[in-house]
Amino acid sequence: MTAAQTMFDEQAPSENGPVLRVSDLTVSFPSESGRVQAVRGLNYEVSAGEVLGIVGESGSGKSVSSLAVMGLLPQQARISGSIKFRDRELLGLSDDQLSKIRGKRISMVFQDPLSALTPVYTVGDQIAEALRAHGHSMSKQQAHNRAVELLDLVGIPNAANRAKAFPHEFSGGMRQRAVIAIAIANDPDLIIADEPTTALDVTVQAQVLEVLKTAQEVTGAGIVIITHDLGVVAGFADRLMVMYAGKAVETGQVDEIYAHPRMPYTLGLLGSIPRLDAEERQPLVPIEGQPPSLVDLPPGCPFAPRCPMVVDACREAEPPLSDVDGSEQHRAACIRANELIAEDPDAAEVFEVEAVEEAAIAKVPREQRPIVLSVNELVKHFPLTKGAVFKRRVGTVHAVDGVSFDIRAGETLGLVGESGCGKTTTLMEILGLDTLMGGDIAILGNLTTSLTKQSRREIRRDMQVVFQDPMASLDPRMPIGDVLAEPMQVHGYSKQKIASRIPELLDLVGLRAEHAERYPAEFSGGQRQRIGIARALALEPKLIVLDEPVSALDVSIQAGVINLLDELKAKLELAYLFVAHDLSVVRHIADRVAVMYLGKIVEIGEVDGVFGDAKHPYTQALLSAIPIPDPVAERSRERIILTGDLPSPANPPRGCRFHTRCFTFAALPEDKRQRCLDEEPVLAAHGDDQQAACHFPRARAVL
Amino acid sequence: MIGFLARRLVNYVILCLVATFLAYLLASLTFDPVAILMQRNPPPPEAAIAAKRLALHFDQPIPLRFVHWLGGVVHGDFGRTVTDHNVGDELLPRMGVSLRLFLVGVTVGVILGVILGVVSAIRQYKISDYAATVFSFVILSTPVFVIGPLLKTGALQVNDWLGTEYLKFTGEQTPGFDGSWLASLGDRLRYLIVPTLTIALQQIAYYSRYQRSAMLDVLGSDFLRTASAKGLTRRRVLFKHGLRTALIPMATLFAFGFGLLIVGGTFTEHIFGWYGMGDWLIVGVNTQDANVVATVTLFVAVLVLISGWLSDVLYAALDPRVRV
Ligand SMILES: Nc1ncnc2c1ncn2[C@@H]1O[C@H](COP(=O)(O)OP(=O)(O)OP(=O)(O)O)[C@@H](O)[C@H]1O
Ligand code: SF4
Ligand code: SF4
Ligand SMILES: [Mg+2]
Repeated sequence: MTAAQTMFDEQAPSENGPVLRVSDLTVSFPSESGRVQAVRGLNYEVSAGEVLGIVGESGSGKSVSSLAVMGLLPQQARISGSIKFRDRELLGLSDDQLSKIRGKRISMVFQDPLSALTPVYTVGDQIAEALRAHGHSMSKQQAHNRAVELLDLVGIPNAANRAKAFPHEFSGGMRQRAVIAIAIANDPDLIIADEPTTALDVTVQAQVLEVLKTAQEVTGAGIVIITHDLGVVAGFADRLMVMYAGKAVETGQVDEIYAHPRMPYTLGLLGSIPRLDAEERQPLVPIEGQPPSLVDLPPGCPFAPRCPMVVDACREAEPPLSDVDGSEQHRAACIRANELIAEDPDAAEVFEVEAVEEAAIAKVPREQRPIVLSVNELVKHFPLTKGAVFKRRVGTVHAVDGVSFDIRAGETLGLVGESGCGKTTTLMEILGLDTLMGGDIAILGNLTTSLTKQSRREIRRDMQVVFQDPMASLDPRMPIGDVLAEPMQVHGYSKQKIASRIPELLDLVGLRAEHAERYPAEFSGGQRQRIGIARALALEPKLIVLDEPVSALDVSIQAGVINLLDELKAKLELAYLFVAHDLSVVRHIADRVAVMYLGKIVEIGEVDGVFGDAKHPYTQALLSAIPIPDPVAERSRERIILTGDLPSPANPPRGCRFHTRCFTFAALPEDKRQRCLDEEPVLAAHGDDQQAACHFPRARAVL
Repeated sequence: MIGFLARRLVNYVILCLVATFLAYLLASLTFDPVAILMQRNPPPPEAAIAAKRLALHFDQPIPLRFVHWLGGVVHGDFGRTVTDHNVGDELLPRMGVSLRLFLVGVTVGVILGVILGVVSAIRQYKISDYAATVFSFVILSTPVFVIGPLLKTGALQVNDWLGTEYLKFTGEQTPGFDGSWLASLGDRLRYLIVPTLTIALQQIAYYSRYQRSAMLDVLGSDFLRTASAKGLTRRRVLFKHGLRTALIPMATLFAFGFGLLIVGGTFTEHIFGWYGMGDWLIVGVNTQDANVVATVTLFVAVLVLISGWLSDVLYAALDPRVRV
């Protein structure tokens, strides 16, 4: 036990009963179109030492209900019901009274660590402030020392020094650790974490979840973890509450719900996630439509408009949360829960998802298909400047440092890696069709450096792009029809041709012809992404470059877009370059995958090979960090936790760039290590279509 | 950090010289003080005019004249006016007058502007916020030469109510006032109030607008939520974390705000009959005096230099992210 740990109560406070009991909580906000009923009668409790996971689509009221517990809702919110902490009613307390509980008995960790700390005070001071806000007898020096201990506890190396750093000198992962240190500073009884890892890379997410576990162990607190990632819940939570339209629609033990969901929404949600451990490719389960507007909700089950099992009775009254499977633990709000109990059907069955047929071209062996994109030794460096007004160059960012791959017709290459590894830069260089700093790019056999005006135009037609943020790439003042017509006009399509193509395109992406008249603002996120895809398809391209196309979407919506991409690929024999940080999505959609680290590809090959039998330690760590939405499998996995953060690309480590975080390296005898330090490994073949750049490749089970 | 500030200082000095040179150039090219001389009735003799030209160094090219003048400035000699007085003699008293007005105006303006901005932001969409908004826009869109006379009228009203002529607004002090230094100070204050208000109002309006939006940005930020979640009281959250951070962008505004102040100051001095630098500029233009114009420009440039540099220092002091 470290010094820091001894400062916490050994055991959770031995009072009986739940730490937090929320009953009949309702929260509403005024809005232009009427009152938004953000939370509509929510009941839950959390006991000491227990982890409750809350999942649900964006807007389902997860954040609002937790902010209500903290008393941090804006003034215009109207709140009713009861929030009992231990035996004390929190609703109705004044701000002064609440501030004695906040941070002391209940604390909170928010989503975005980058902005969660005040930029003008040092990290140490901000932790010390939390201590002194409640421990009035604590001297400045004591608080500072304790802050250092806390930083040490959450895994900040060299804590005494780092305590003096300002937030901007910390990476995202380190800031989130600091925020957790603040949250546990006063040994709280309850910690609420609202999407604590959503903004972080997977390897850092794994680290932070580990820290949260430690935090729970030392404080013995109950934890409420809000997330949209069903994988995180599977590994971390004991109990789960699924929210929909401001209400709990299913609650129970994590294991039970994952094995036997008793509400169609939960069933769909679980079926909508692409799985990293999926051996064969199954279509995902999209939940069509959107969550209902929370203004003037019609009577009946709020899920009815999207539910494949809906019957007339569903629309009469809202089903209450009732016990299912004869267990008081497991409750669901669905009048047809019994049928789900009786048949235990598959999500794909209930939601009637059809498998996508394989394209003819996919049956042609890879070597015989033409190359649509080939990237050879691509290099891109950026000058690193300093100074706010008078910039001066202080170094070079090695964003892309010799990257090679090719994509053949009808094939999807997934490009993955943590943020800052050079994915987007690679993509921008490909799209730029311009001179390169180093290496070359050939699109459909044309080198980008030697393009004539004519061939440049043709390439612009054959290669299209879909961006992450559908809204930013659509002009809000243009009706969708015009958005789609634009590229065709540029390329000289006739009026008739354009007019006939627009409904065709809309149909292709699952929208209706009459949507052409509407404006982007009238569409949901998933629909906008479909419009983005339709626009990319307008000129019948051969290659589509997709930059994080689904990462801004909710899982159930994401599933629909992924299925659509799958379907289009087969139907139109497209090739995709799919850039994403979510490896599960890539496993689902890609044929081949390239893993990047600090501007280099460290492993590349056919997906089943790379995911099933990764050779590079970084790929192994990346895969191991991804939570699998299966509580039993997830809890039995042994996770590789990478140490430290991504080194700065301005100053990549010498020799093998991964050696600063490599566990294989760490385990090597001294004499062998030297090789990793001196010699940069190159890609070497392992099997038919798999290459890894490591001197000491070792098989390791990670899933 | 020190290096950064030093570099900035050098940059500002160069800018100052360039600005002064341009003013000198422009004045020399367009002014013709000799023409004024010739309009006298009876016209002065040829020889007198030739002598005048020589005295004004009109035989030299303008850049040389400027270097000549600048060489003098370094030694404290600002040249002679067209009417053959020493520019330097008039400089100090006039600077005193202007600085008094500017410094009090800017201090009052910044402090009240920040307070008004913060209050508006915290009480967003309340009556006080709307009132502050209307106030600022009216002030900012009204030129000083309208505000000044309006305030004069207002001061007359106040005096009427008080029954004595408490607020004065022509000149700087009662001519021939005799009394202890304390009484003299009080006398000067009575003259200071209305002109300072004219200047400060503009500054308040300007800073409060920016402070309001800076504060609103910060109010919606995650770190304020973290600070509340720690258990700090609302007041501490708002001031220690909110205002402290919202002050950062104000530092950069300071340099620009000063420009506004000087323009306003020129008119204000004229309206209230203060013989300061702004008034001098107008005199200089009327008498077609390049040396006076250049001197005033230099003064303004140096003020802008100081405020710009103070901005930098302030910014670096407030924001750890630029301290390197
Ligand atoms: N301050 C506010 N004023 C008005 N409406 C609000 C406010 N905060 C939240 N809402 C509304 O309350 C509803 C629930 O929002 P909440 O933030 O709890 O969703 P969430 O489940 O946390 O979603 P996400 O996954 O996107 O974080 C939404 O319809 C949202 O628009
Ligand atoms: S109550 Fe009806 S609409 Fe609601 S989830 Fe159950 S079957 Fe679907
Ligand atoms: S080359 Fe060495 S340091 Fe690099 S990944 Fe392989 S074992 Fe690790
Ligand atoms: Mg939320």
